[in-house]
Amino acid sequence: MASNFYRILSSKRNVGILSLVGAGSITGAVLLRREHVTASAHVRRTYPASAEYPDLRQHNNCMASHLTPAIYAKLCDKSTPNGYTLDQAIQTGVDNPGHPFIKTVGMVAGDEETYEVFADLLDPIIRERHNGYDCRTMTHPTDLDSSKLHSGRFDDRYVLSSRVRTGRSIRGLSLPPACTRAERREVERVTVDALAGLSGDLAGKYYSLTQMTDAEQQQLIDDHFLFDKPVSPLLTCAGMARDWPDARGIWHNNEKTFLVWINEEDHTRVISMEKGGNMKRVFDRFCTGLKEVERMIQEKGWEFMWNEKLGYILTCPSNLGTGLRAGVHVNLPRLSKDPRFSKILDNLRLQKRGTGGVDTAAVGSTFDISNLDRLGQSEVQLVQTVVDGVNYLIECEKKLEKGQDIKVPASPKGN
Amino acid sequence: MAKNCHNDYKMKFSGDEEFPDLSLHNNHMAKVLTKDIYNKLRGKSTPSGFTVDDIIQTGVDNPGHPFIMTVGCVAGDEESYEVFKDLLDPIISDRHSGYKPTDKHRTDLNFENLKGGDDLDPAYVLSSRVRTGRSIKGFTLPPHNSRGERRTIEKLSIEALATLSGEFKGKYYPLNGMTDKEQDQLINDHFLFDKPVSTLLTCAGMARDWPDARGIWHNDAKTFLVWVNEEDHLRVISMQQGGNMKEVFKRFCTGLLKIEETFKKHNHGFMWNEHLGYVLTCPSNLGTGLRGGVHVKLPKLSTHAKFGEILTRLRLQKRGTGGVDTASVGGVFDISNADRLGSSEVDQVQMVVDGVKLMVAMEKKLEKSESIDDMIPAQK
Repeated sequence: MASNFYRILSSKRNVGILSLVGAGSITGAVLLRREHVTASAHVRRTYPASAEYPDLRQHNNCMASHLTPAIYAKLCDKSTPNGYTLDQAIQTGVDNPGHPFIKTVGMVAGDEETYEVFADLLDPIIRERHNGYDCRTMTHPTDLDSSKLHSGRFDDRYVLSSRVRTGRSIRGLSLPPACTRAERREVERVTVDALAGLSGDLAGKYYSLTQMTDAEQQQLIDDHFLFDKPVSPLLTCAGMARDWPDARGIWHNNEKTFLVWINEEDHTRVISMEKGGNMKRVFDRFCTGLKEVERMIQEKGWEFMWNEKLGYILTCPSNLGTGLRAGVHVNLPRLSKDPRFSKILDNLRLQKRGTGGVDTAAVGSTFDISNLDRLGQSEVQLVQTVVDGVNYLIECEKKLEKGQDIKVPASPKGN
Repeated sequence: MAKNCHNDYKMKFSGDEEFPDLSLHNNHMAKVLTKDIYNKLRGKSTPSGFTVDDIIQTGVDNPGHPFIMTVGCVAGDEESYEVFKDLLDPIISDRHSGYKPTDKHRTDLNFENLKGGDDLDPAYVLSSRVRTGRSIKGFTLPPHNSRGERRTIEKLSIEALATLSGEFKGKYYPLNGMTDKEQDQLINDHFLFDKPVSTLLTCAGMARDWPDARGIWHNDAKTFLVWVNEEDHLRVISMQQGGNMKEVFKRFCTGLLKIEETFKKHNHGFMWNEHLGYVLTCPSNLGTGLRGGVHVKLPKLSTHAKFGEILTRLRLQKRGTGGVDTASVGGVFDISNADRLGSSEVDQVQMVVDGVKLMVAMEKKLEKSESIDDMIPAQK
């Protein structure tokens, strides 16, 4: 994987990228190693750090847990080469003290360099959020070879739908919290260009949010594809809804099984989905589609943000690594009422959500079950975890149907 | 001079690439902002680092409002009005009835110059209120200020308000740390302001770090109230039940002048100049920043075909009793002055007093099924 990047970096197009991001990040872009990114000029301050330190006493998010006055004082004068500051990165966590269902991260990245310039804060957050992953010493495996997945066909009587999503960022352009209108439009242009080159069962069409007809909009709503302006303050306080709906859009293939969101919470969100329990096919399409899109953008001299420490770089630190959430909507009427349900999910490294997504509760007994982890394991490993886990849950449900007892699986080794 | 690193980075893109899509927009900013103006201003920033994109973000994010033509831009500091005058002067002109860059604004806080205002019929006029805003010189405004600045503004405000005495003796309630009991009382008194939900404000960055350094001060009699660090540094409000606008305005002027005196003693005046009057976050509040109004029952007049026309001629505006973003309930309207810049505080409150008196008389005529055609005023 790494060798591809070095080859691209010597191409002609790269000269354009480097001049775009400015002299300060040349070393960062070429060498892709954390310690070489230089922060830019000091931010002007009228007040000492102690006067600016946020009041986090009511807060319960990862940022609040790790942002000590000392770390704040050390980092508050710095900014990334593009001018993104610590205050901007933590604003969402200051404005949103907590979330009813999950411990939120409480900060975002404005660009690739955020993860390096503010490493003193992000490293411990990453460690907490990703099970002790230490990006100073560990490396993240990327594996999009879907042929390695086994037993990926679920019992359709229980699994209503299967889905795999991830995100990808275009290297050289700022991320949604910080991007300018021109950058956002460039992300749209580069991505739509690449998607136009897809063929066969991946051939599809782009629907720009600004130019969609009413009929197209209704169809996308009926298909459950249309994303709307973010209302969650976790996103709006981070500046991700600015200039809506400029340069936002949805692309999907004609068969409606492969979908790309442009400029929502990340540059791109890539989704493979279908009704029923054929996770294998969903994952096959996911990997093929992703690799095709990557090939297309590379032909034009672009690449995805990635490094061997953090894997794929995305807006939210919770999505680093694979950025992958593989999940199913599964009916578990008996198991979901069993008091051991949560523990079983924990030990299987799975999480439950309502069928409306992260901020919802379950309706009836249908749950969205997906992998908890994102960083430190590869795509193949994580999807296998979901496959094995969901199969186990279905077995439990079947046992309970027959009046048999179930077992809580052992906690995974090394966690 | 402080520079905005992010803006320097942005300059690598062309003005065309950055120019916002305003094709669906209907606000003052969208009507005025051309590519030429944008190109001229995009390389500039105020000494504190506020740029043209910062000014217009709220207008880009909010294409329109169902009830009013919004301004679509905010100031980040006092200098915004100077550095970005090529954009803000035409907006000010549109919003403030043709006010020119060379015009001078008159400030008159002498309550004795108000004629009448103590005899509005309380059977119709349920409550009277005058509010304005003040910005403390030397600090940036709510869209832009840092936590350190906001906290200092709060500290200075608390110190100033603590020196008030007599009818103005009162207490400060910081939003952070309010007891449940205090909170309930403030809600019952209709004093408590909450985190802004209007996207007009949130997209301009005014709700950042809520509720840090925000609070409410009011006098013991609950007739004089100051909001700290909401949409402006200070919002000063004088209010009471019934129709004695004269008394409300007297208290307003007296209290304001006392507060200003205290701030001056600490070497912090208010932002003011002879062209724009009092400088506030929203260009719509320049000049007096004053909204003097009443909650008045006009069930018949409000359904009369000429109601809108009458209001326009009297230079008044209507709102629902919940404030700017609401519709009226039960025929009760919030009627206030439409003007802010180019006429004085006394002038504007006079228009409210005279206009409401006339409209109540019209309402009484309509109750008796009599015509009001000969009462319709000429354009003021």
